[in-house]
Amino acid sequence: MNLKTHKLFTRPYLNKTDFVFLRILFLLACVAFLMILGIFWFLFEMSLPVLKEVGIVKLLSFQWNPALGDYGILPFVYGTLMSSCLALLMATPMSIAAALFITEIAPSKISKPFGFLIELLAAIPSVVYGLWGLFVLVPWIRNVVHPFFKSYFSWIPWLQGPSYGIGLVAAGMVLAIMITPTITAICKEVFGVTPQILKEGVLALGSTQAEMIQIAVIGSGHKGILGAMGMGLARALGETMAVTMVIGNNPEILSSIFSPHQTMASVIASEVTEAHGLHLSSLGVVGLVLLVIPGFIFGFTRYFLQRRKKR
Amino acid sequence: MSVYSLRLGLRFLGIVMFCVGVSPSSHSSPLMVNGAGATFPYPIYSKWFSVYEKISPQVVFNYQPTGSGGGLRQLFDETIEFAGSDYFADAKLLAKSKKKYLHFPTVIGAVVLVYSLPGYTEPLKLTPKVLADIYLGKITQWDDKAILKDNPHLQEALTKNKLKDILVVRRAEGSGTTGLFSEYLSRVSEDWNVKVGRGTALHWPVGIGGKGNEGVTFFVHQVPGSLGYVELAFAKTLNLKTAWLQNPKGKFIEPNIKSLTEAALDVGKRVTPELKTDLLLSEENNAYPLSAVTYLVVPQEASPYSKPIQQFLLWMLNEGQKYIEPLHYAPLPEVLLKKVKEQLNQMRTQEPYEPKNS
Repeated sequence: MNLKTHKLFTRPYLNKTDFVFLRILFLLACVAFLMILGIFWFLFEMSLPVLKEVGIVKLLSFQWNPALGDYGILPFVYGTLMSSCLALLMATPMSIAAALFITEIAPSKISKPFGFLIELLAAIPSVVYGLWGLFVLVPWIRNVVHPFFKSYFSWIPWLQGPSYGIGLVAAGMVLAIMITPTITAICKEVFGVTPQILKEGVLALGSTQAEMIQIAVIGSGHKGILGAMGMGLARALGETMAVTMVIGNNPEILSSIFSPHQTMASVIASEVTEAHGLHLSSLGVVGLVLLVIPGFIFGFTRYFLQRRKKR
Repeated sequence: MSVYSLRLGLRFLGIVMFCVGVSPSSHSSPLMVNGAGATFPYPIYSKWFSVYEKISPQVVFNYQPTGSGGGLRQLFDETIEFAGSDYFADAKLLAKSKKKYLHFPTVIGAVVLVYSLPGYTEPLKLTPKVLADIYLGKITQWDDKAILKDNPHLQEALTKNKLKDILVVRRAEGSGTTGLFSEYLSRVSEDWNVKVGRGTALHWPVGIGGKGNEGVTFFVHQVPGSLGYVELAFAKTLNLKTAWLQNPKGKFIEPNIKSLTEAALDVGKRVTPELKTDLLLSEENNAYPLSAVTYLVVPQEASPYSKPIQQFLLWMLNEGQKYIEPLHYAPLPEVLLKKVKEQLNQMRTQEPYEPKNS
């Protein structure tokens, strides 16, 4: 008998223990659900003062200067989206390659420790990433990477500007390393369930292993790859500590990706301790936006992945 | 011993303990006087407060360096008892509060330009115009002709250490140090005055924001090729090199206690009756042009905190003076000290005041 076909509270139960147990489970599930609603409500209440006094239109402007009464949050939205997209751009090729290596190419003696090491990357605390970024990555970008781009690609305006080191590129690189384990893990799953018959068929028609991977593995797994990227993106959008240490704390939108910017998560972390009144309230608005955007992406990609698996 | 006398003894003990419990104890908790504000004088204030706590343990002063803007705001909101500010609160700001406030100049400090140019051992010489142009974003590289004119040997150091861009740092939050710096720039550069102006928080054309004097100092210490403005004491603690600024007499002046004291030589003409003191761009020969006093702002009306604050200020004006120079600030000249002592009497205090530990 399928226990889930009957309505929630009128199902036949085998004994009294079941009766109580299942109701307790229901209650606990409600608690989790209510917490999410509660957080959303709390942020909404926190945002009300500035929404009433300053209005949504002024909040959606490009000037953030609380000491002068400007509460435009768009620079943070740009910073978050740009750093996360850069991270995704840098991480996806690496992650797909790693997943392919593990599932298709490497013998299990190598693929098992390799996979383990990649998953170890996910275990490193984000503040440690920030520390490494600040003292190793940032000087490298300042002294090597940025001057290289400035001298050989001086015709691209998005790569110019003074070489601070900290900025969108630094944050993007740190985020890329942080989201690689996420994308790799999901891609591993996706590639693992490539239909064997498809792989054998392609090989039988005379393809090389490289072509087989392209046609059969990636060809049948591209929806899953998109789902993996979505999960990685969602993770990158919310990352706070590591980004705060290398993004540069500059609430502006500048043309160069090497320039310091600011993200939604890091402006909240940096300014909440000394914010008051409308400033604090506008940080609540930032929090709301931060909740909605990744939440949306997260939900969307989960749905996308489910669809793929069902096929 | 009979039960009767035991019970009597216990009752007596109980009464004694009760009396001891309700009487004011001789070691009650000290009075906490809270203040906040400018990071500019934080080194000397924290030294004073810790020394004063040993002398007068029944009163403890607590000072949070959050920036002049935040300090004044909290004072007007009446969440703290005194504030530290590098700028004299103007009429518009004072109108926001119903009370009257007194500004007490405490020490002379200076806004100095700190920089990191490894390999360049001579002091960096900057004219006001060059400085304004750097912060306006018009001069972006260290090997600009205008900078090299006053610093001929800079080019070798730049090429040897591959330094090119000027990495400009300024303050992220509302800051009195910024107020002083922008006031100076507005007076020496018409361009700056028109495009940016004066104030504690500005729409900066270039530069990234550090938090507090400490944040800017940390950044310049870490990043080669950077330039920032901080209070002199902070530059000295991390041993950062300070630029020599050209003063109105045309000489490049190193910021130190001597040049700060020089800036206050003609203070008699530069102080208002409310003790607003302006030491910027002093006409003295060897004065550092970015010198300034910093104020302790207190409410004029009486409160339980008025007498302790008044007593601290009196101590500060006498015994406290010897701690100033070792921390790289300059003491107020005699002329100004006298005026500060006179203004102390304007503070209304609550009488009678009983210190808890007499």
